[in-house]
Amino acid sequence: MLFKILSKDGFRSLVEIILQSNEIIAPKKIGTKADGDPIHQFLPVTSFEEMDLDYRTTEYSAKTYFLPYRENLCTFDFEADDWEQKIAYRMQPRAIIGLRAFDINALTKLDKVFSKGRFPSPYYISRRKNTFIVGIDREPLEDEFCQSIGADIVTHGFDLFMTDLGDRYFVAVDSDRGFNLLNRVDVREVTDEDTQAYKEVRKRIQNGFKTKINLSNLPNLLDLEFTSEVWKKWGDKCLSCGSCAMVCPTCYCYGVSEEVSMDFKEGARVKQLYSCNLLDFARVAGGHNFRPDQETRLKYRYYHQHRGFLEDYDEPKCVGCNRCGRVCLAGISPAAVIRDLYEENV
Amino acid sequence: MKHLNIEQKRPRIAVFDFTGCEGCELQLANKEETLGAFLDAIEVINYREVSSEKGDNYDVALIDGAITRPDEIERLKAIREKAKVLVAMGSCACFGGVTKLKNAYNLDEANREVYGDCPKETIPTMAVGDVVTVDLKLPGCPVSKDEVERVVQHLVWDLPLPTYAYPVCLQCKQRYTVCRFDMGELCLGPITRAGCNAPCPAGGLGCWGCRGPAENPNYEEFFALAKEKGFSEQEVKDRLAFFGGFEDVL
Repeated sequence: MLFKILSKDGFRSLVEIILQSNEIIAPKKIGTKADGDPIHQFLPVTSFEEMDLDYRTTEYSAKTYFLPYRENLCTFDFEADDWEQKIAYRMQPRAIIGLRAFDINALTKLDKVFSKGRFPSPYYISRRKNTFIVGIDREPLEDEFCQSIGADIVTHGFDLFMTDLGDRYFVAVDSDRGFNLLNRVDVREVTDEDTQAYKEVRKRIQNGFKTKINLSNLPNLLDLEFTSEVWKKWGDKCLSCGSCAMVCPTCYCYGVSEEVSMDFKEGARVKQLYSCNLLDFARVAGGHNFRPDQETRLKYRYYHQHRGFLEDYDEPKCVGCNRCGRVCLAGISPAAVIRDLYEENV
Repeated sequence: MKHLNIEQKRPRIAVFDFTGCEGCELQLANKEETLGAFLDAIEVINYREVSSEKGDNYDVALIDGAITRPDEIERLKAIREKAKVLVAMGSCACFGGVTKLKNAYNLDEANREVYGDCPKETIPTMAVGDVVTVDLKLPGCPVSKDEVERVVQHLVWDLPLPTYAYPVCLQCKQRYTVCRFDMGELCLGPITRAGCNAPCPAGGLGCWGCRGPAENPNYEEFFALAKEKGFSEQEVKDRLAFFGGFEDVL
């Protein structure tokens, strides 16, 4: 990895250079919750000032910029007795600035599925390759458990990753386009003093994790606890609303349907993100539902996160951001569910 | 009309209004970008908001409004006899809707409150399905024109009808909406049937449940969380009663 030191003014110039020709998606404050907490979302920004890199969290991950909640896979034109199919997945390059390490790790997990998997998705690859990613480190929130998962540190999957050293940024460079862009602004080589400062900040971040989950032997434990009452305890609470999967940076399950325009002259094949917690997720033709109960659906969500994905890709699908835990109105959080499994709390 | 070598059916549709604001009917005349195509795809037999035609040789009857007078029962039964497909359109037709709120009061009192010295003949509000067999329900206040279009496409091309087993939350999240509970408001989204695309929460208003319950909603947890977030039982019940879709749980 190549490291550079970027001044704060240099960073501002960098953002302004990108803005000259590209869209930037960045954390933006859009309001305040009833309890006084700020609300941030990853949204297009048009100026440096609109970005708020000091954001604590975003309720939504930036997933939608890679796996849109809804997208047309293709369209059809019906003409006389014939029809023509059109497929378009080219997109304008853009930058996402301000992703945390776990959100970038989420992308590298999605890469395994959609770029490097057995069935690569041109739609995903097009967005991924055309997105310039600038990440930034910060101290963890109390409920984040990405350290336990090993997703608190990022070594690839981005263009630039910055650590705030107060008056300057310590920047990891992971792409030639990142290197080239950096060279257009006020950037210098790393000194021993910078390295020392970086290590101290990293230590503070590393020591900041309050929530820990035990992942050792979790896949086996999940198999052993297949019929555990813990699933019923938490499943009974589940609203089957799918909010967890929608805010999750890695949940990628989807459904495909076809729509026809009202004049019957055009059609579209539409992909829409879905959630394994929804009542009809496993309902098949003929009406049979393989997972009719809340507890079964909830259980399989955890199985995919911490067992199934691991079988295929040697790592859990979860990155420990706890967005699902925060969004859940019923208060179901991975840390609590997994703790209950270990401790057999029913 | 032949299309893709398929003879396209042109359903003969009639729209009838009963007790309600007639907004669902108006909704059928909205969505201008596809209105021409919509009217091309069907044959309007009876629909007073867009046509002076007054035929009774229709196949499909779209019913707007609830049943609140004895003469409406007779009229609805006559429509049912003629229609091959009868669609309850909107929350009033599907559940009784807002007018059903009067059922909680003494009918004479309610009559006096509204009509003063000129009382009208009235009966407790009923949903269309309480009087005749309903083939298809399209709840919502107002009805979603998109869904009506899907019904027409179903009738024309046998395209499958979309169904929504899950609650509003999913579509709400897919719009990047801030949860109304986070804003300190009550929202019926977690138990209400999706399909509306969550316009109310996106517009800053918690869900009022106009589409009625999702499939197998988790009422117990919903009541518990509403209480925990500081909403009184009465407040939740009033909200659930508003459009009449949650009668089973009240």
